[in-house]
Amino acid sequence: MENWILIFGMLAITFATRYSLFAFPTLRFPQAVRQALHYVPTAVLTAIVVPAMLLPDGLNWALSWDNAYLLAGLATIAIAVATRHLLATIGGGLVIFFLLRWAMGQLPI
Amino acid sequence: MSRQHEFLQGLRDMLPMLLGAMPFGIIYGSLAGAAGLDAWQTVGMSVLVFAGSAQFIAISLLGGGATLAVLWLTTLVVNLRHALYSATLQPFVRHLPKRWRVPLAFWLTDEAFAVVQQRYAQSDDSPNKHWYFLGAGLAMYGNWVSCTLIGLVFGQAVPNLAAWGLDFAMIATFVGIVVPMLRNCPQIAAALVAAVTALIFHDLPYKLGLMAAAFAGIVVGVALERYQRSSLQQELC
Repeated sequence: MENWILIFGMLAITFATRYSLFAFPTLRFPQAVRQALHYVPTAVLTAIVVPAMLLPDGLNWALSWDNAYLLAGLATIAIAVATRHLLATIGGGLVIFFLLRWAMGQLPI
Repeated sequence: MSRQHEFLQGLRDMLPMLLGAMPFGIIYGSLAGAAGLDAWQTVGMSVLVFAGSAQFIAISLLGGGATLAVLWLTTLVVNLRHALYSATLQPFVRHLPKRWRVPLAFWLTDEAFAVVQQRYAQSDDSPNKHWYFLGAGLAMYGNWVSCTLIGLVFGQAVPNLAAWGLDFAMIATFVGIVVPMLRNCPQIAAALVAAVTALIFHDLPYKLGLMAAAFAGIVVGVALERYQRSSLQQELC
């Protein structure tokens, strides 16, 4: 029962954040705000990705040659710059990542 | 473009994102049981909450015995970035009736946001771009719920699923979204500042470092854009 209360609470909170500005259709943003919103995807997603590459466990720095997250992440960036193709970037990045993990004996097989 | 055409194009443009999200849905579905959710609750959370990172954090906190208040507060902070997405897309959906705005908001994820805002940025004046949004949102939703089910049913068959590092799929997806956006100096500066700030504040709880990094990146991007405009120093980079 408590788990369902948790889930419905999470539903309400998550929906509230997503609907927050859709709820006020008459609201018009000042120019400064509209300008700022152009930088939302870049800033948010970069702030998620870079720590995930350099601190894969979320706690410890892993600036080393056996950090597949970092090496494959850099390779993925290179693919993205070269191709600008989303599927090639995601697919190629994943292949490189698992090849590296396999070569370094980091897969549980 | 027609409604149907927009809808199908939204579905199609979402396909690469689905590949990136699949591992997460499967891992979530296979791990939720260990945190104390039964099968219905595991699927119910994906159907009702539909927020990957919040769901992951919820099951890890739940496994650690956190209280409801902590779980909800964490959900709020982790999802605050959606308010930024909501603000970004609001000018494009404000003309729609509530019966459209409510479901589109429910399906507003990182991935749908990235794809949909690119569609709205295209200069054609198609009146049916909200059908594109709908297609993208439904593709992500169907994929997430299906992958949760797959993880729930088959997850136990793969030993150590959590140790494979499938979370790299998120890195690859977000890199694929961000890199093509880095077309000018302010965008590149926003990314660099956000990255450094996120690293400095990575150990703040509740992803507060993420919010700090987002705001720092946005401020620097805007400041640089204004500086360039005022001094016309486009040749800077």
